[in-house]
Amino acid sequence: MGKSIEAESLNIYYGSFLAVEGVDMTIRPQTVTALIGPSGCGKSTFLRSINRMHEVIPGARVEGRLLLDGRDLYGAGVDPVGVRRQVGMVFQRPNPFPTMSIYDNVVAGMKLNNKKVKKSALDELVERSLRGANLWNEVKDRLDKPGSGLSGGQQQRLCIARAIAVAPDVLLMDEPCSALDPISTLAIEDLINELKTEYTIVIVTHNMQQAARVSDYTGFFNIEGTGKPGHLVEMDETRTIFSQPKQKATEDYVSGRFG
Amino acid sequence: MSAGIEPETREVVEAPDLEAALPSVSNRVRELPPWTPWAVLGASAVVVGGLVLALGGGIALAVVATAVVFALALYVASRVVEGPRKATDRLVTALVSIAFLIAMAPLVSVVFTVLSNGIARFDAQFFTYSMRGVIGEGGGGYHAILGTVVITALAALLSIPVGLLTAVYLVEYGRGALARWITFFVDVMTGIPSIVAGLFAFALFALFAGPGVRMGFMGSVALSVLMIPVVVRSTEEMLKIVPNELREASYALGVPKWRTILKVVVPTSIAGIASGVTLAIARVIGETAPLLIAVGITTGVNLNPFDSRMATLPVFAYYSYVAPGVPREPFIDRAWTAALVLIVLVMVLNLAARLIARLFAPKTAGR
Repeated sequence: MGKSIEAESLNIYYGSFLAVEGVDMTIRPQTVTALIGPSGCGKSTFLRSINRMHEVIPGARVEGRLLLDGRDLYGAGVDPVGVRRQVGMVFQRPNPFPTMSIYDNVVAGMKLNNKKVKKSALDELVERSLRGANLWNEVKDRLDKPGSGLSGGQQQRLCIARAIAVAPDVLLMDEPCSALDPISTLAIEDLINELKTEYTIVIVTHNMQQAARVSDYTGFFNIEGTGKPGHLVEMDETRTIFSQPKQKATEDYVSGRFG
Repeated sequence: MSAGIEPETREVVEAPDLEAALPSVSNRVRELPPWTPWAVLGASAVVVGGLVLALGGGIALAVVATAVVFALALYVASRVVEGPRKATDRLVTALVSIAFLIAMAPLVSVVFTVLSNGIARFDAQFFTYSMRGVIGEGGGGYHAILGTVVITALAALLSIPVGLLTAVYLVEYGRGALARWITFFVDVMTGIPSIVAGLFAFALFALFAGPGVRMGFMGSVALSVLMIPVVVRSTEEMLKIVPNELREASYALGVPKWRTILKVVVPTSIAGIASGVTLAIARVIGETAPLLIAVGITTGVNLNPFDSRMATLPVFAYYSYVAPGVPREPFIDRAWTAALVLIVLVMVLNLAARLIARLFAPKTAGR
């Protein structure tokens, strides 16, 4: 079930370069939080630090604390692999495993970790996850076909099914609709609305209408100039951010005056 | 407002222009009929080639003269009828085709010579008899074929794990000085002359087993020195083209890095890796020099690579040629057949590589 996330004066570095500075943020369980802001302002970096995915880049590290239901994700003895099992992620471009069938893609989290699960339990998991991702009716007759044969929107929903099959507490989405057409985008947005009853969702988007449509809370990131660190300007209920933000920069951004 | 009017005005101006241009356009696309190059080639072969031959020039000169005249004549004809742009296209096409034929000539010549000379002894006896006790006719390369298979298989067994793991290290883990040094030495190893690899194995085993020792395993070691860099290079290329998104997708599911490599990265690129390995085997199977030094030759079947000399196809062909018995002809015939068998083996391996690439390729169909 969804868990809360708290960032306390979080600095994120790539080597000696400070990419994101001083983020204080509280994300409530079972809500959708949208992160908006101009390109390069560090919102994706912040998102990836929540499941320690930014660490795949050599030299990446954080300062400050990031708590998942009160437990520090960067505490001593915390395994990043374990963190990623709790915090799932959906990427910008749909990336199903090309060597696997639709079925195997959904249970990839189990298969790749060599978890011994009964066939009947796997079947049930596949159906539950695909239904959860609104894809079951479209693919139930061709589960053994390669996942890469699906359309872009279906592939992205397959990736969501794959992410929720490992039963994470949090689901991170890094511009999940930017490679999709409007109809597929709508399908994903509907899905996000259903998923928030079970998961805490954090979504990075460049599309402000999308942020307004799907999210309960919105955080606005900004950057002073190139080479400067990105920072969280303001975070509030989405309604407030888009109608009466406290900061001038936020108002300029959401009204389209810059960025 | 003004932007709305502008295109209309332009259309009015352009319309008569276009119609005036039409006839000249159809005029300009005059084309030579598609059989023109062949006609020009035939004509220049008959006229120029015939003339050169009649004047006592050799067949080679006739071919060269034909090629030159063909390219020039086609260019001139095309320039007159089709204009300079098309003429240049035809000239370059002719040059590229001629270059291709020049490159093909040695290959065709080798295959033809080996086939015509080797086919005489390409019989059942060659594949079932060794040279034990054979002094003249008969006998075969059975022992050499087995030797080549055993030594090459052992070399592959040594090189593939080392090569694969090195490539995985370089692509997935290698950062900093060590990786740079390994890359550098792999490059250096690629350029090692095969005779040096043979001498290396010879010197290495002389340390343990005394000077003058010869065994099949030494040959395998020498061959793997040549094979490892090829395997590393081709595997590295294949691993590099696996999209990073797949690795990230796997990490995001809570899969550790080593499992990601084993179950996502390698399976995705297995087709390319397997065909690269097969080509590496094809590359070393015909090596002569290192085996000459490290393994030597024998007349009988020896299947134990750790005990004394073994026969191999290239060395068998070499010795049959430089040290034939009396009469000479049967030995020369067997040498040609050994070469033919070798060519067939390499060709089969190349075809196998293509087949492997197709069979293991990730399936994208099934929409």
